[in-house]
Amino acid sequence: MQTLSAQASLLQQSRIKPLELVFWLLAFAAPVLTPSHALIINEIAIVALFAISLDIILGYTGIVSLGHAAFFGLGGYAAALFAKHVMPDPMVGLAVGIAAATLLGLIASLTILRGSDLTRLMVTLGLGLILMELANKLDWLTGGADGLQGVVMGPILGRFEFDLSGQTAAYYSLSVLLVFFVLLRRVTQSPLGATLMAIRDNRLRAMSIGIPVNSRLTLAYTLAAAVAGAAGALMTQTTGFASLDLFEFHRSADVLLILVIGGTGWLYGGVAGAIVFKLMQDFLSSITPQYWMFWIGLFLVVLVLVGRDRLIRPWTWLGTGRKGQS
Amino acid sequence: MNSALHPKAALASETVLSAQGLEMRFGGIVATNCVNLDLKKGARHALIGPNGAGKTTFINLLTGVLQPSAGRIVLEGEDISTLAPNERVGRGMVRTFQINQLFDSMTPLQTLALVVSQRSGLGRRWWPSLGHSQQVAQRCEELLTKFHLAEVMNQRTRELAYGKRRLLEIAIALACEPRVLLLDEPVAGVPAGEREELLQTVAALPADVSVLLIEHDMDMVFSFATRMTVLVNGAVLTEGTPQEIAADPRVKAVYLGHGEGAGA
Repeated sequence: MQTLSAQASLLQQSRIKPLELVFWLLAFAAPVLTPSHALIINEIAIVALFAISLDIILGYTGIVSLGHAAFFGLGGYAAALFAKHVMPDPMVGLAVGIAAATLLGLIASLTILRGSDLTRLMVTLGLGLILMELANKLDWLTGGADGLQGVVMGPILGRFEFDLSGQTAAYYSLSVLLVFFVLLRRVTQSPLGATLMAIRDNRLRAMSIGIPVNSRLTLAYTLAAAVAGAAGALMTQTTGFASLDLFEFHRSADVLLILVIGGTGWLYGGVAGAIVFKLMQDFLSSITPQYWMFWIGLFLVVLVLVGRDRLIRPWTWLGTGRKGQS
Repeated sequence: MNSALHPKAALASETVLSAQGLEMRFGGIVATNCVNLDLKKGARHALIGPNGAGKTTFINLLTGVLQPSAGRIVLEGEDISTLAPNERVGRGMVRTFQINQLFDSMTPLQTLALVVSQRSGLGRRWWPSLGHSQQVAQRCEELLTKFHLAEVMNQRTRELAYGKRRLLEIAIALACEPRVLLLDEPVAGVPAGEREELLQTVAALPADVSVLLIEHDMDMVFSFATRMTVLVNGAVLTEGTPQEIAADPRVKAVYLGHGEGAGA
């Protein structure tokens, strides 16, 4: 009889694969290899961080959300206000942005414990709208519809000044993305991460094996909010500007699209989706600045109907089509 | 009498789980009507009754999925009526489900590693990986072998055959190391070949684990149980040894009647 090796099998799943190292090396080489694209690399890293934060609740825990921008925006505004009024150090500002979003996530998690997916969609959507209108109304603090101007950032760690080409910004965002990626990778492969997936798969059974479901949902939601806050803080720090756009509904929707493109329940899905979405947006809007959403929409329809696995393997389209008919 | 010679009879004085005057109303319907039931330590107790008698409602009350309208549940001297389902599991009361409740996107190995980790208090660990603890992995191997799941341990649960899924359903409950085990029709839908194995595993449970079995299969009930409670229309009709129950004319009338007719 073959020998069992439960431990080896379990450890196999959490091993770091060579392809992952290649990916991260390429990512960190990119701002040097193509300095002219440093700005978009920065933006991709931020959106990727935002996307993996949503994946923690959507893909790993099974909480749907249409208002994830609430945490992104709050983190962004908190970091920008801190830089403007207290001190310009980016790392401290980042911590402040994360702290603000964490607190909001902890409070808002009370609203997602009960109810169905539809309830959650509405509640999270509502939260996003509330935050945006608050930022709009409190114009003495936030600058209202004009946005918060005059955010000047100090050098990172007191050494690396933000430059106009965006190289420093790209490295800053990539580093923060990597730190959170490693952290979330550990979390998702730990026993704690397994309890979240158990809740996603079958809440009733999760409870029946002793998992405290509500406190785990709270934890996942707060963690996701914290990471989204970090992404928002990176956004305002690297652009030197905070506007109501941070809270806009399209941000919550875009990040959902990104996860649909890249795949949920898989941290690289958020990263891959962010790369595809941002490059496509960049490319299409340079061709047709006003109507690029048309092509994004078309792409989504095709993607969802054909399926991600088949879309990247065009040679399988015919084969599976026949199989479907027979 | 067989049950009197049973080694567990020595332990029979101590009550582990006690339902006292449990009542459950859904609007005007009384699904559970003042049910009293004592489960002795090491008991092999069966709960039988016709369809709609309120057996599953009773289990849901015991495990905390439903909150009773009245009555108390006492587990090892502690009133657990107000505890959440997961807290009751933490105190050793574990159930299986009549309809499989599994984690479909995980493998049997991951599932059991999760359950064992949770049971050993490692469920809050977020840095080491699921396979980090050797004890957890070893316990998983034991369970996988015991339940004949070793060869499918790395397949996704949703792809498993029904019999294997049923075995995993029971394995999850035993991975929780129950002191009181509530089995809701454990062999329902299990193919005959695997049924024997499952029954043996259930029969081989440690003597100090108390089992409450809900079952329709009368052969299984009479071969397994040393004590039986009959539930009819949400209320206890009678309780006794299998022999007493088999001889009770009221039970025959409501429940075993058709079985006797078929046998005669």
